[in-house]
Amino acid sequence: MLIGRVVGNLVATQKHDRLEGAKLLLVQPLDLAGGNQGETVLAIDSVDAGVGDRVLLVQEGKAAMHALGRGQSAVDAAVVGVVDEVSLSSPRRSR
Amino acid sequence: MRLARVVGTVVATRKDEGLFGTKLLVIQPLDTRHRPTGRPLVAVDSVGAGASEEVFWVRGREASHPFLPDQVPCDAAIVGIVDHWNVAEP
Repeated sequence: MLIGRVVGNLVATQKHDRLEGAKLLLVQPLDLAGGNQGETVLAIDSVDAGVGDRVLLVQEGKAAMHALGRGQSAVDAAVVGVVDEVSLSSPRRSR
Repeated sequence: MRLARVVGTVVATRKDEGLFGTKLLVIQPLDTRHRPTGRPLVAVDSVGAGASEEVFWVRGREASHPFLPDQVPCDAAIVGIVDHWNVAEP
């Protein structure tokens, strides 16, 4: 899993049947210093995260399907947690 | 899933029979500011996307799931057409 920040949401009327009703969030993966790392990912949300939240992001199909609650769906990324706090051992500081 | 824009189509007469009847589109991945990022690729369409539309797509094994029970040998599939997205970035 990665830590990411929810930077937006996406609306799509026309999508595959098995994505019907899924909430779609744009998530920017973060490095441990809180900087952007890599490209923004479109993920389904299973924990009611909102824009600005720091979240746990899975980028694997099976995990994302579990989060969506539907097998054999066409999803490969999901938000599965809202991060309260990350503690890192020295020399990095806790955030 | 990732964002992309449809930039072309591919015609292939001779192909794996699992790909018969599928629509092959060339897509250019986009960042959240609608700018091209990374290399274009070919994706199988599952939602009726058309030229220049913004879409989202999945890659990997999940790309074949929209077509089940048909077994389509693909590693990228378009699974939605974007109406709009909102981004709050600093």
